[in-house]
Amino acid sequence: MALTWVWVGMVCIALIFGAATGQSAAVGASAAQGVQQAVTFCLTVGGMICLWSGVMEVMRRSGIAAGLSKLLQPVLRRLFPRASRDAQTLDALSMNVSANLLGLGNAATPAGVRAAQAMAREIRGDAASDELCLLVVLNTASIQLLPVTIAAVREAAGAAVPFDILPAVWVTSLCSVTVGLLTGKGLARIWR
Amino acid sequence: MAMSDVLALTVPALLAGVGLYGALTGTDVFSALTAGALDGLKTVVRIFPALVALLAAVSMLRASGALDALTRLCAPVLAWLGIPPETAILMVVRPVSGSGALAAASDIIGTYGPDSRIGRTAAVMLGSTETTFYVLAVYFGACGVRSSRWAIPAAIAADLTGFLVAAALVRWIWGT
Repeated sequence: MALTWVWVGMVCIALIFGAATGQSAAVGASAAQGVQQAVTFCLTVGGMICLWSGVMEVMRRSGIAAGLSKLLQPVLRRLFPRASRDAQTLDALSMNVSANLLGLGNAATPAGVRAAQAMAREIRGDAASDELCLLVVLNTASIQLLPVTIAAVREAAGAAVPFDILPAVWVTSLCSVTVGLLTGKGLARIWR
Repeated sequence: MAMSDVLALTVPALLAGVGLYGALTGTDVFSALTAGALDGLKTVVRIFPALVALLAAVSMLRASGALDALTRLCAPVLAWLGIPPETAILMVVRPVSGSGALAAASDIIGTYGPDSRIGRTAAVMLGSTETTFYVLAVYFGACGVRSSRWAIPAAIAADLTGFLVAAALVRWIWGT
């Protein structure tokens, strides 16, 4: 429902603004341009999305994703001391984080939800535990190593080096995840 | 070798590296590639209807002058924070809708150019944040937790940091 109001709002604002600025004809024509953009987007960016999904699948099947997930376990044990006492929860956790890092969205969410449900079983009452909040915040902050969709958008728009934003994306992700975790740590003390 | 030369190698090096590793470990690389590509195609097909609706709305907003008005309205605060005001619509949509953010970012990148400061900032913002409220709903919905305690403020703090740092880094690396 949220998107319903976002969309209806955007179209109504465009109608009112267009009439007020005398741009009604241009507004009408731009709807056609917009859908054309959507088609071009899927044709140009779609190919790259398919290729990258293929590469991600090779990473998964050849065990690169599982290897990364093993590498992450010591870090996750420190971040989630209580949840990682259970081997299955720790597995789901590390699969969630490694799939997020590799951009395997289809694998990340089910694993993350499994870990979250296991954590939720441990809590009394209906308020989330600190570790559950931490897991969710980790998932709301993107930690993707290869932001392939946006690179494909830049490629299609004619960027000289589509991936030249990589270091900036990594540093930005790292800062936002850190601030999210620190804010959580701070709030956890006062928010019982 | 300059940094951008190294980064230009990202695509070929990854394709060759992952392919070779897979082949050496006995994975059927080609069938994995095509199976993954089919998944990718499903993703494209799934987001296409939303993109049609949202890109139509975003282009109408741009043509009507409403996006310029939003830009002017946010300009004083955003300029003070060092964020290009043209990215305002992206920051509004980003936490709520993934395909909406993709539509807004590709509109911004198409309008101002992928190698412009505005286009790069939009790209870094999109690449380093998630659809926060969607993720919150999926996770807390799935485990039936009524009170999410500090998760929402922490997630919002992370998003705001992402927007600020994205703009600052793009200005620092590529200049104004």
